[in-house]
Amino acid sequence: MTFSDYIVPTAILIIIVIGLVKKTDIFDAFVKGAKDGFSTCVDILPSLVCLMTCIGMFKSVGGFDIISDVIRPITELFGFPKECTPLIFVRPMSGSGALSVYNSIITDYGADSFIGRVASVMMGSTETTFYTIAVYFGAVQIKKSRYAIPAALTGDMIGWIVSVIAVRLIF
Amino acid sequence: MSYLIGIIVIFSYFIAVINGKMNELSSAIISECSNAVTLSITLCGSLCLWSGIMNVAEKSGIVKTLSSLLKPFLKLLFPNLKSNSKAIGYIALNFISNLLGLGNASTPIGIKAMEALKKEDDADIYASDNMIMLTVLNTAALQLFPATIITLRAKYGSNTPADIIPAVWCVSAITLCVTITAVKVFALLSKKKAKK
Repeated sequence: MTFSDYIVPTAILIIIVIGLVKKTDIFDAFVKGAKDGFSTCVDILPSLVCLMTCIGMFKSVGGFDIISDVIRPITELFGFPKECTPLIFVRPMSGSGALSVYNSIITDYGADSFIGRVASVMMGSTETTFYTIAVYFGAVQIKKSRYAIPAALTGDMIGWIVSVIAVRLIF
Repeated sequence: MSYLIGIIVIFSYFIAVINGKMNELSSAIISECSNAVTLSITLCGSLCLWSGIMNVAEKSGIVKTLSSLLKPFLKLLFPNLKSNSKAIGYIALNFISNLLGLGNASTPIGIKAMEALKKEDDADIYASDNMIMLTVLNTAALQLFPATIITLRAKYGSNTPADIIPAVWCVSAITLCVTITAVKVFALLSKKKAKK
C-alpha cells in the first residue's frame, strides 16, 4: 500500500462527503454525469475505429520504426525511449490518435515497464495542443494566433523531456 | 486530419508492397478495427464513473468554491484585465474543470471566456495576450486524476496502475510553469517588436 493507492478513493470520499453535507442529490447528479461520460464514449468510438486502423496499418509495415530512427539522434540526447517517439507526433494533433498509440505501446511493452511508464506520464501531462488552439481561436473567429503555437509547443517539449526524467527519478 | 489519414494509408500500402508485408498489413486492418471497440468499452466504465463523480462535485458547489479561491492567482497571469471583468470568472471555472477532468464542461466555458476576452480586449482577427494565455493554459494539461490512463494501465497488467499520478503531477506542474513563462516571454518580445 502506497501513497498513490490513496489518491483515487480519497478523492471520491471527499466529493461524496461534501455532497452529503451540502444535501446534494448524489445519486441523481452521478447518473446525469455518468450519462455524459457514456455519450463521450460513444462519440469517440467512430474516430477511434478510423485512427486505430490507420495507426495499426502504419505500425504493421514498420512506419513507427522509420520515424523513430529518423529523429533518433535528438531523442537519444535526452535519453528518450525511441518506442515513445510516435506519441510526440500524434499527441499534439489528436486525442483519439494518441490514445490509440498509447494503447499499442503499453500492449507491446507492458504498463509497468520504463517505456510504459514514460508513455503514461506523457499522456497524462500533455494535451492535444493543435486541436485545442484550433477550437479556442476558431470559436471566436481569431485568425492570427501570433505566438500561441510556439509558446504551447515549448511547454509540450519540456513536458516530454521532464516525463523521462521524472520516471527515472521516481521509479 | 484527412490528409494525414490519406498519407498513412498510401504510405503503408506501398511499403507493404516493397517489403512484402501485405499479410501483416491485412491482418492489422482486420484486428485493429475491433480493437478500437474493445478499447472504448474498456474506457466506458471509468469515463462514466468520473463524469458522474465530477458532476456530484459540480452540483455540490465544490467547483465554484475552488474557482473563487483561484481568482487572486489568475489576476497575476492576466494582469491587464479590468477589475469588473466577466472573463475572469469563466477563466477560473475553465481552469478548475480542466483540473478535475470535466472535459465536457471545460471547453464550452473556455469558449465563453474567449468571447468575453475578445470583447474586453477589443480583439479583431489578432489574438490578444490574454486570449493566448488562456488558450495556451488549456494546452498544458493539468489534471488531478488521469482516469483513462489508469484504467488502461490496470487492463494491461500494471500491479499499481495509479502509481504514475505523482509523476504526472510533477511533470504537469513543471510544464505549466514553463508554458506560462513562455507566454510571458513571447508577449514581451512581440511588444518590443511592435515598438520598433
